[in-house]
Amino acid sequence: MAIIVTSNLSKKFKDLLAVDNVSLEVEEGECFGLLGPNGAGKTSLIRMITAVSPPLSGSIEVAGMDLASHPRQVKAILGIVPQIDNLDEDLTVLQNLTTFARYFGIPKTVAHTRGCELLQLFHLEEKSSGRIKELSGGMRRLLLIARGLVNQPRIAILDEPTVGLDPQTRHLVWQQLTELKEQGVTRLLCTQNMEEAAVLCDRVAVMHRGRILSLDSPQVLITRHVGETVLEVAVTSANRAKVVRELSTHGIDFLDVGNTVKVLGVNREQLPATLLGTAEELRLRPATLEDVFFRLTGKTLEEDEEE
Amino acid sequence: MRMFSWRSFRMWQRNRDVFLRLWHSEAPGTIVEPLIILVAMGLGLGAYVTLTDNQDYIEFIVPGIVCSYAMFSVFGECTYGTFFRMEERKTFDAIIATPLNVEDVIAGEIFWGATRSLMTGSVILVVALAFQQVDSWWTLLVPFLSFYHGVMFASIAVFFTSVAPSFYTFNHVFTLFVTPMFFLSGVFFPLSDFPQVVQNLSWIAPLTPVVHLTRALFEGEFHLIHLVVAGYILLVTIVFFALALFIMRRRLTV
Ligand SMILES: Nc1ncnc2c1ncn2[C@@H]1O[C@H](COP(=O)(O)OP(=O)(O)OP(=O)(O)O)[C@@H](O)[C@H]1O
Ligand SMILES: [Mg+2]
Repeated sequence: MAIIVTSNLSKKFKDLLAVDNVSLEVEEGECFGLLGPNGAGKTSLIRMITAVSPPLSGSIEVAGMDLASHPRQVKAILGIVPQIDNLDEDLTVLQNLTTFARYFGIPKTVAHTRGCELLQLFHLEEKSSGRIKELSGGMRRLLLIARGLVNQPRIAILDEPTVGLDPQTRHLVWQQLTELKEQGVTRLLCTQNMEEAAVLCDRVAVMHRGRILSLDSPQVLITRHVGETVLEVAVTSANRAKVVRELSTHGIDFLDVGNTVKVLGVNREQLPATLLGTAEELRLRPATLEDVFFRLTGKTLEEDEEE
Repeated sequence: MRMFSWRSFRMWQRNRDVFLRLWHSEAPGTIVEPLIILVAMGLGLGAYVTLTDNQDYIEFIVPGIVCSYAMFSVFGECTYGTFFRMEERKTFDAIIATPLNVEDVIAGEIFWGATRSLMTGSVILVVALAFQQVDSWWTLLVPFLSFYHGVMFASIAVFFTSVAPSFYTFNHVFTLFVTPMFFLSGVFFPLSDFPQVVQNLSWIAPLTPVVHLTRALFEGEFHLIHLVVAGYILLVTIVFFALALFIMRRRLTV
């Protein structure tokens, strides 16, 4: 059953159409990923779903409720981790959680217990009575995530939750997000970390210029848009043009990402011999979501100008 | 316009908690300045002032000082304070993503501002009573009146905040609005001494009716005019309260 349904949702900032007619359905219990370049409209979309930004047109339904007419009821079941840190710096670390719990009408003792549990979960218990200023960047991020879980949400909406976290801590967060899955919590996750999307998300939508370009499970997206493997060719500014020209004349599919050229659908033996001589370094690897990202959103400047 | 709900109390609680943690750093400031004014103007200047009914000058200025400083504390809280929470700290952005709506947050700010007015008004009342005798039991109602006009001043202050592009705006609010009111609202001399134009202007400025009401409580004498000014305060409150909520929704939900 779909727990979030957006229909023909659009958002405009002055002349800029940040979200363009987006209709999507997030299934209950799944982890739904939103990928897309900077400025694609991910945060704008999320902010509309969390009732803090009114849409230009279209409608949103969350857990069977129309968002426009039931904002409070919807917000009560959402756990939100915003992209921009807005911890309450006038309060202590623990108070940030308990005060937030109070906004949800959670009784004091429950809020306190839950706050302490969450701090423990995210290894912040030593900072419990400290000021927000005393936290490192990563710790602030963790507290922001903990805050989003304080009301035990049915739907967690996380806008780039692991930015700036070290690898261990990132895995800790991933583990917590996976545990939410076991509790049946729906997750809407916006991320620039392709590994994160591949590890956590059941389905991924790639967004670009306010539109959803493609939507499916990570594996299906990879096979559909890139194939099984990618042959990476390291290029220098001196030979890049030549490599690109070679590939084009042989009709071989590739992605040009600057210092490497990603050759798709061929292995080393199928490369034209002339190219093997030019290329410095070759590496065959399984295709990833990152390749999908480049494929769908990485238009070159010339293509942009043609539009 | 959407209405606020009881949830604004949550915002009020949040501000109270922060205040309780920091109050000792703010409290001296609230008392020292009015105290200096009372001593300098009341005792110092007052020695040269003869009032028609042989009233001590300090007795004349105490009601105005009580409500003016209550007003100052509201304006400090609901201009610089509210703007800081809104723009620098993004505190409101975090809270409107919970079951509180923009209207709850803003109403909470306004009621908190009124609470500051109540506290400041009460503290200065106690200080002022060291300088004069209580003529009327009605004086005990001054804290309630401080809350009543506190809601009005907080609504006006939050209205300014809702349209303020930056902190600098508030310098103008203080120099062009708050401070002139302090000097031209009958705190230090009766309005009747002013030219008619100034008198009329002064009656529109919302501090004047407040000073009048406060003075009535100190003196324990009431006339029909006091009912009228109480109604005027209510009217101004409703208008600016509504404006503050309306404009803040537009500002905070982009
Ligand atoms: N409050 C705003 N006022 C004006 N324009 C805005 C506002 N918020 C976003 N935009 C514009 O809308 C577009 C989409 O921005 P949005 O924040 O949704 O992108 P995003 O996909 O979240 O990007 P990122 O990955 O960088 O976070 C951008 O062009 C941005 O400049
Ligand atoms: Mg974003």
